[in-house]
Amino acid sequence: MTVVTKKDENPVAHLTPEDVEQIGIELDAIRQEVLDTRGESDAAYIRKVIDAQRKLELGSRAVLLASAFPPAFVLGTIGLSIAKIVENMEIGHNVMHGQWDWMRDPKIHSTTWEWDNASTADGWKHSHNEVHHTYTNIVGKDNDLGYGIMRVDEDQRWVPMYLAQPLWNFINACFFEYGIAAYDLELGKNLKTPKERRPESFTKAARATLGKIRKQMTKDYVVHPLLSLPTGSFLPTLAANFTANLVRNVWSHSVIMCGHFPEGVETYEKAAIPERETRGEWYLRQMLGSANISGSKAMHFMTGNLSHQIEHHLFPDLPSNRYAEVAPKVQALFEKYDLNYHSASLPAQVYSAWHKVVRLSLPNGWLETTTKDNLPSQLKMLWAMTTGDRKVRRVAQLRLEQQARRLRAQKKADVERVA
Amino acid sequence: MSSSVPLLTTPPGRRPGSASLRARLERIANAAVTPLVPADYLDLFNPLRAGAELRGKVVAVTPETADAATIVIRPGRDWAGHVPGQYVRVGIDVDGVRQWRAYSLTHGPRPDGNISITVKAVPDGVVSHHLVHRVRVGTLVHLEQATGEFVLAPEVTDGPDTAKLLFVTAGSGVTPVVGMLRNLFPVTDAGVVRPARSAHLDITVVHVAPSRPDSIFIRDLEALDAAGAIRLVARYDDVHGLLDVHALGDLVPDLGERATYACGPGGLLDALEAHHAARDLVLFTEQFRPATLVVGEGGEVTFATGASVETDGATTLLDAGESAGVLMPSGCRMGVCFGCVVPLKEGSVRDLRNGELTTAVPGETGPEGIRIQTCITAAAGPCHLDV
Repeated sequence: MTVVTKKDENPVAHLTPEDVEQIGIELDAIRQEVLDTRGESDAAYIRKVIDAQRKLELGSRAVLLASAFPPAFVLGTIGLSIAKIVENMEIGHNVMHGQWDWMRDPKIHSTTWEWDNASTADGWKHSHNEVHHTYTNIVGKDNDLGYGIMRVDEDQRWVPMYLAQPLWNFINACFFEYGIAAYDLELGKNLKTPKERRPESFTKAARATLGKIRKQMTKDYVVHPLLSLPTGSFLPTLAANFTANLVRNVWSHSVIMCGHFPEGVETYEKAAIPERETRGEWYLRQMLGSANISGSKAMHFMTGNLSHQIEHHLFPDLPSNRYAEVAPKVQALFEKYDLNYHSASLPAQVYSAWHKVVRLSLPNGWLETTTKDNLPSQLKMLWAMTTGDRKVRRVAQLRLEQQARRLRAQKKADVERVA
Repeated sequence: MSSSVPLLTTPPGRRPGSASLRARLERIANAAVTPLVPADYLDLFNPLRAGAELRGKVVAVTPETADAATIVIRPGRDWAGHVPGQYVRVGIDVDGVRQWRAYSLTHGPRPDGNISITVKAVPDGVVSHHLVHRVRVGTLVHLEQATGEFVLAPEVTDGPDTAKLLFVTAGSGVTPVVGMLRNLFPVTDAGVVRPARSAHLDITVVHVAPSRPDSIFIRDLEALDAAGAIRLVARYDDVHGLLDVHALGDLVPDLGERATYACGPGGLLDALEAHHAARDLVLFTEQFRPATLVVGEGGEVTFATGASVETDGATTLLDAGESAGVLMPSGCRMGVCFGCVVPLKEGSVRDLRNGELTTAVPGETGPEGIRIQTCITAAAGPCHLDV
């Protein structure tokens, strides 16, 4: 991905400022339609989901009390995994967004909700609701674009360390809740700061997060295994809980990667964002900076309706159960203004996102110029770039880019000839 | 959702050993369900249990008139009871939105342990319309313990001296009075009972309403009158014209010997207060419906949550906060129940009933600010609320 302003073909070049404002007005109207009809059935929906999730979790944990018995282990682990996913995604994420604040139920309110995750509700609300949703896909501002440890953009200079980025990404997926907690705390930045200069807010938040992690771990890895001890199920229950957390982490990581990482999703340059971005401009950035996942109702539910990522980013505080009905209207608007409504199946989006992680772990143009035949020479060059100094890397990089450009021109010519 | 409501409270009289066992069990239960609390799970199965947040279940809805109904509610185990004349704050979801209102309890303590409120659907009344026309048996409502000073003192109800009372009720102001009367004179299948404990009471009720069909509980009052328990003076605007309080002495010849309990809209109570003060008579009042004075000004109201809203001088802070999506506590919405008080940290607000200004200055008025009733105050300039 290259920031929009540096692209050869700017996908919004055909829009006038009036068009952009008109898009804002039309999106506001779509939002208002939902607000006008929001009511009893929506409230009943979220209460039903919360009720079912809690019963599923309770039931699964009860079954796991006898997890030494293999069918109980399998059943309990599946149930608990699903319960944890629903709790984090369709319930926790959306409640903390304030999607249900309008019910004025203090128990289902963004100010009181706490979720089954290493990250504290307060920390997450700041980094997610305030930072990510406001500065979506602005390189350098939106930490969702790589949690500070990844190369997510061609314009980030390649260094050999990035070769390990697919591995980092995989580890991050497995322990995603801790990755989120670290990112809420801006751990990397704060740990680099000398202890005495770290802000007090960090010390406080770090203490809260550690306290929460301790409680979460005690629950999953001490209390429930001990409760299973009478049936000789200490270790199986511990394993089941670990598995459920792992499944939840990998699943939520995948869904979140699909939201902003697939190839073709636009990113923005900090300097190119106007000082006072208008509502229309903000909407436009959300429209092009998000990608949807297409699929069944069950898939949408299990992603917490983040499969409707575009709609969620346009209207983060609308109840999640209404995104599906809003989606066709939003898509029609994209078509009307000739914009790319980025939507694909879950496997396609996951592949695309991972492809990008791998592609950017390598020097720009390397993957593009590599074929089966030139693999040995390409690998030799990569080895040289990895072990060589900056000068070697710069020269090799220039050559790669030249080759890639030539290849692209060749392809274009081929296409035109066929046409 | 980590409320700090304890799962298990130690009953009095237990040995210390079992108390510490309970505490230990409680700690384990809390550790097993973090970040929730055990109550969150128990509520799924028994929301009315002891130790739960106070709730109630609607068990019957009986129409009283075309636009009024009595709602019988089975309160949760922790309901502490009430005294006739008191009211209860009820939280109910209307169109998915939690609304709180205060209603008089229209029964004394009942043998079946249920409580009842009688609601008249007022024009544009979101909650009252819902309760009268839409609420279904089985609906779960949220409750607070009964409260209110508009009750008969024990020395009045317990006797043995003869107590001469006058109730003046207007519109739905009859509800707390009916609660008191039902307690004093239970109605059974055989009719009104006049128990010995109420024999010393001499009660006159002056009931004011636009017309007889508009009167909630008129049949109850008439039955009490027919049984000789009370003397009823019904005044209907369509028959008798609007009541002039100065005519009260004609309607109730022994007015001077009676203690008056009045419940109704502000206008009537103001007139009664002036009338009784001039004659040095005893008066207890309960106001129904606020008398609002429209004033100018208004301003930007900011909240601790970071929300802010621009309001005019006639919009209550409660309405303003709710429109800004703030979780405002609320209750009667007419300045009676104090369920809506929040600290005013900075700025001025105006009481819409009398124009009185309340001003909080940081550093001068104390760190906790001034707790104000948001349902009857409006912004008088920019102000900040700690909610």
